[in-house]
Amino acid sequence: MSLISRGFRGRRQTAETAARLPPGQYETRDFPVLSAGPTPRIPLTAWNFTLKGANGRTARWTWDEFVALPRSTTTTDIHCVTKWSKFGTVWEGISVDTLLSEAARHGVEPSPYLLATCDGGYTTNLPLADVTGGKAWVAFMYDGAPLPSEHGGPARLLVPHLYFWKSAKWVRELRLMESDSPGFWESLGYHNYGDPWREQRYAGDE
Amino acid sequence: MNPVGAAPRISWRQATVIDVVPETPRTRTLVLDVLDWPGHRAGQHVDVRLTAPDGYQAERSYSIASAPEDPRLALTIERLEEGEVSTYLADELHTGDKLELRGPIGGYFVWDVPVGGPLFLVAGGSGIVPLMAMLRHREAALGTSDAASRRGLPARLLYSSRGWEEVIYREALARLAQNDTALEIRHTLTRSQPAGWTGFRRRIDRAMLEEVAWPSSERPRVFICGPTSLVESAAQAMVELGHEPALIKTERFGPTGGAV
Repeated sequence: MSLISRGFRGRRQTAETAARLPPGQYETRDFPVLSAGPTPRIPLTAWNFTLKGANGRTARWTWDEFVALPRSTTTTDIHCVTKWSKFGTVWEGISVDTLLSEAARHGVEPSPYLLATCDGGYTTNLPLADVTGGKAWVAFMYDGAPLPSEHGGPARLLVPHLYFWKSAKWVRELRLMESDSPGFWESLGYHNYGDPWREQRYAGDE
Repeated sequence: MNPVGAAPRISWRQATVIDVVPETPRTRTLVLDVLDWPGHRAGQHVDVRLTAPDGYQAERSYSIASAPEDPRLALTIERLEEGEVSTYLADELHTGDKLELRGPIGGYFVWDVPVGGPLFLVAGGSGIVPLMAMLRHREAALGTSDAASRRGLPARLLYSSRGWEEVIYREALARLAQNDTALEIRHTLTRSQPAGWTGFRRRIDRAMLEEVAWPSSERPRVFICGPTSLVESAAQAMVELGHEPALIKTERFGPTGGAV
């Protein structure tokens, strides 16, 4: 039972908006920027992307090789743990399914968990089941243009069904793992899984 | 779902407003008595939840302004145009009212005395709030220390505001610096300056940071908080000045616009 806030009415959304908002979120038309440190900047000639198997096998792409992989476009709502949600964002990138099937040709085998690691040292952990089956991408285009660096460019992970800290900016590697291992925010008090519809913001949220 | 397992839920707590302190035309501080507050670290924030009579709820995050040593929790609220929660907290709430919050939240943008210094703080607008908690924590820890031990934990603040009337904690900052030669505070006023103003009068840039900050060889702990444009450019400039990215911690707030 919550305390009623004397005199608070709040701003009601339309039924359509309310249905799209996970609990505790509000809609924003901006695209706020959040990150824990300076924005890393890397020339595309020095950029590459690695998918590493728990068995030690790796697949690696240069920028040119990466963007030549079969692309997909997705339109999705995104939800940040700091409470804002943004509807109908348009992204283009390579699905993790595609990366895994390409990597399989280099002997990389699936494992139940993965850790995304990034320029700047950021990490986040995910179950493999949450990045396969058309649920996750490594995106390098936003709204029809190259992804700006403050939003994670040249490329970021996109896992829109989880809070947006899981969609790691400046991602450079996906490392498959046999067991789960908490990433950056997951080690600093945030929830290990982060389902916005169950409002799993912080460690201990059910 | 959580392999860490031991983490208890950060539960909602009832807070009572025991004082309301006007800071600037757009901001005020709510001083709260929080039932069973577990304590916090300087730089952390809380989630505030408001509930309307029909059950509708809205949540927002606010940085903690008070030192961990202070038994009362202080939140400084900036009234945002059309801010659903901030207008209520900045205009409606009175002494004696109750609200719900949970925290403390955030384990990265924090500074404790044992981390050491030099401590270099860069603030834009209401981005001063978590940095004020750090300065208050430093002051509380140093207590009656003499000048020599204060010099062992030096701090500098570079604070950008639009005008002199919009400087949050203006008097409190001046008091902190008054008897502490190891704390230096520099203001920049980007839109209007009082008569006779001799300080900076432009947005924070690389030259200003080079002038005010310690050199990278001193390895200052850097905390930057403000609107995105300020945080992006200040953090980038600090990296260009040779500071190690891992020593630069950033926190941003507000929409993508809102330059200070």
